[in-house]
Amino acid sequence: MPANRRGRHLARAAAAGALALVMTATACTGAGQIEEGVPADLDVAPGVTDDSVVIGAHHPLTGPAAPGYLSISRGASAVFDYVNEQGGVNGREIDYRAEDDAYDPSMTIDVTRELVIRDEIFAMMGGLGTPTHSGVIDYLNDEGVPDIFPSSGALAWNNTEVHPLTYGWQADYTKEAKVQGEYIAEHFPGQSVGYLYQNDDVGVDSQAGLDQYLEDEVVARQHYESEVTDLSAQIAELDRAGADVVVCSCIPAFTAMGMLEASRIGFDPQWMVSSIGGDTATLQGLLQEFTSDTPAEGTPADAFLEDTLVTTYLPRVEDPEDEWAQFFIDVYEEYGGEDQITNTHIFGMSQAVMFAQALKSAGPDLTRQALVDALENEEWRGPGHVPFASSDGDHGGHEGVFVVQHQSDGTQDWVQEARVTDREDGPIEQVEGFDRATPEELEFHD
Amino acid sequence: MSTTTGQRPEPSTEAASTPPPSLPERWRALPLPARNLLGAAAALLAVIAFLAVTGDLTALRLATVGYTFLAIAGLQLLVGGSGQISLGHGAFMMIGAYSMALLVLHLPMLPLATNLLIVVAVSAVAGIAVGAATARLHGPYLAGATLILAVGLPGIAHRYHDLFGGSNGLNIRTVGAPPFLDGIVTTSEWRALVVWFTVLLVLAALATISGGRLGRRMRAIRDDETAAAMSGIPVGRTKVVAFVIASAAGGLAGGLQAYVLGTVTPSSFSLVLSLTLIAALVLGGIGSLWGALWAAVAIVYLEVWASDLAKVMDLDHNVQHNLPIVLFGVVLILVLRFWPLGLHGGLQALRNRIARR
Repeated sequence: MPANRRGRHLARAAAAGALALVMTATACTGAGQIEEGVPADLDVAPGVTDDSVVIGAHHPLTGPAAPGYLSISRGASAVFDYVNEQGGVNGREIDYRAEDDAYDPSMTIDVTRELVIRDEIFAMMGGLGTPTHSGVIDYLNDEGVPDIFPSSGALAWNNTEVHPLTYGWQADYTKEAKVQGEYIAEHFPGQSVGYLYQNDDVGVDSQAGLDQYLEDEVVARQHYESEVTDLSAQIAELDRAGADVVVCSCIPAFTAMGMLEASRIGFDPQWMVSSIGGDTATLQGLLQEFTSDTPAEGTPADAFLEDTLVTTYLPRVEDPEDEWAQFFIDVYEEYGGEDQITNTHIFGMSQAVMFAQALKSAGPDLTRQALVDALENEEWRGPGHVPFASSDGDHGGHEGVFVVQHQSDGTQDWVQEARVTDREDGPIEQVEGFDRATPEELEFHD
Repeated sequence: MSTTTGQRPEPSTEAASTPPPSLPERWRALPLPARNLLGAAAALLAVIAFLAVTGDLTALRLATVGYTFLAIAGLQLLVGGSGQISLGHGAFMMIGAYSMALLVLHLPMLPLATNLLIVVAVSAVAGIAVGAATARLHGPYLAGATLILAVGLPGIAHRYHDLFGGSNGLNIRTVGAPPFLDGIVTTSEWRALVVWFTVLLVLAALATISGGRLGRRMRAIRDDETAAAMSGIPVGRTKVVAFVIASAAGGLAGGLQAYVLGTVTPSSFSLVLSLTLIAALVLGGIGSLWGALWAAVAIVYLEVWASDLAKVMDLDHNVQHNLPIVLFGVVLILVLRFWPLGLHGGLQALRNRIARR
């Protein structure tokens, strides 16, 4: 049967040909050996028209991470609505598209491609999460999409050699921990310190900073996994080790859980909480939720939070005298959802203000290069309380933190002015000559 | 991909010797592996053609459909073929994905094909270990034992933080399209091609296994273990072999996923993944490899379509974001209510009805 044989030959030829093609393509180079390509062309302006500019972000809008972090994109959205109401930026309305990735890295990749390819975003603004954003940072830089202010304090965002288009935002975990460590060493000398941290880069980077000041005082290092919602073993161990001060490098849910568990077993340390888990408004909500149907039901949240030290760099809802805090409360009242504004909202709102400011500085002839130039040359003057780095190879974002202490009546005392430092072992310095602009002075809309 | 009919085992081949062979007869006269390979080649051409007319975003999704298809195909062979229910298939994907990531990170000089072969070997070894331990279990007991795997394995990534990167996982960069294809094929398209080439090659093998002696033995065991044993079929060994093949397919799918996405995290391989795979297989049709294809398409595209639909309808945020999950459930219930054999069963019934007219 010649036809039959021909068919078989054809099959073999096709298979062999295809196999050979793949073999030659993959056999010579190792799968992990990347050659640096040519940098992407930045003199382009996708997503920009005469009256609008499209920007994107990936956020957990569903799933377990959503309740805590949904507020960030809502806050940003409210500010952009406000900006658009004022006439936009250089005559352009900001079209902000926050896509849901459910905090799942594989979904982040999909929604990011969707934003870049289909929505043709001009820039990415505030993509949330370390594991999620890590998966798209290479892609964004390769495609030449400015990756502005990722919502995470990982050190990886400030690496201009590899990711020149990524501009960090949050005071990174090490900087923040150094200031915490110094504060504890100064104000609680000789006291035993315990660490409670999330077992990922948050924990590693935070300890790198804390240990510079507290290495000899540490009596316990306890970690948790964000998938396991139980801290009883960790808190018991901190209690057993006799920690007088507990530094919590945790997300809000675990800060609340830790405080509840400690109070349940009668352990009453001095808490020091990082900005990521120190949004007291969010904590109050969580504490209320966690205590319902337990013997502690009805205990005011402030009873748990009393005396807690929190490091932060942004305006806070607890500080309504602050012009920016007042401005954000007003804006959210008018343009936000029905939910109560928290410091997590302010996180997203501050990002939005600073992004709009850079967009304004980039001028009417908007290209990606113009935006990058604007970021490199911007003179930042708030809303944050600390200087901000986005130039000369340092894309570190907020350069330091200040310390507040929560009071039993729900107010907060400012106990240490902002201090700045680096992420290595450099000194911690007080901020000098940082002049914040008021919401009226700052040019971030038309 | 209509030419891949060869993937279905033909009921008989006795008609092959009539003197003037017509085209279908000639096709049937081909040995099964050749038919499957030809079918796979044709399918690959279809994928290439499809890629040529669509863009980068579709390439990524097509690649996702590809490796999901492979994972579910392995599961189909196990569940539909040998009647063993595994709720831990995602765990094998995780083993494959982490193997791939570690290989790329620590041995960057190894070519991709070698990596994929190693990934298959590693997951097959894991499959032997698990399969041998669970060969005596069946029904809900096996499901329970494999469930432990899906629940427990992600914990290992947390426990050995330094090696596996904890909850942030591992990020890898792999080479894109070879230089001589520069400007013709984008990196995403190249990845989709590599994925589908591998997937179709393995599927041809799976279809051959399914249609051959091993497949027959597995089905005999599925239908009645005692009867199979009395007919001289080595029950335990066959079950372990089926489990190992499924694990290897799952592992390879995981390896391809790591290659396409460039990131592996424990949260991607949760129990939800394992359950989704099996639910999707039921949706697609548990009795055939075709069912695995519909299942993979459903997993990837139902979500995309649902979120597009939600956006068009301008729904409330909370509704909008949960619509994809609801839609998947509703579709699953509806399909099972009206087509108990899944999408593939439904399509077949439809075809038969049209043929009868």
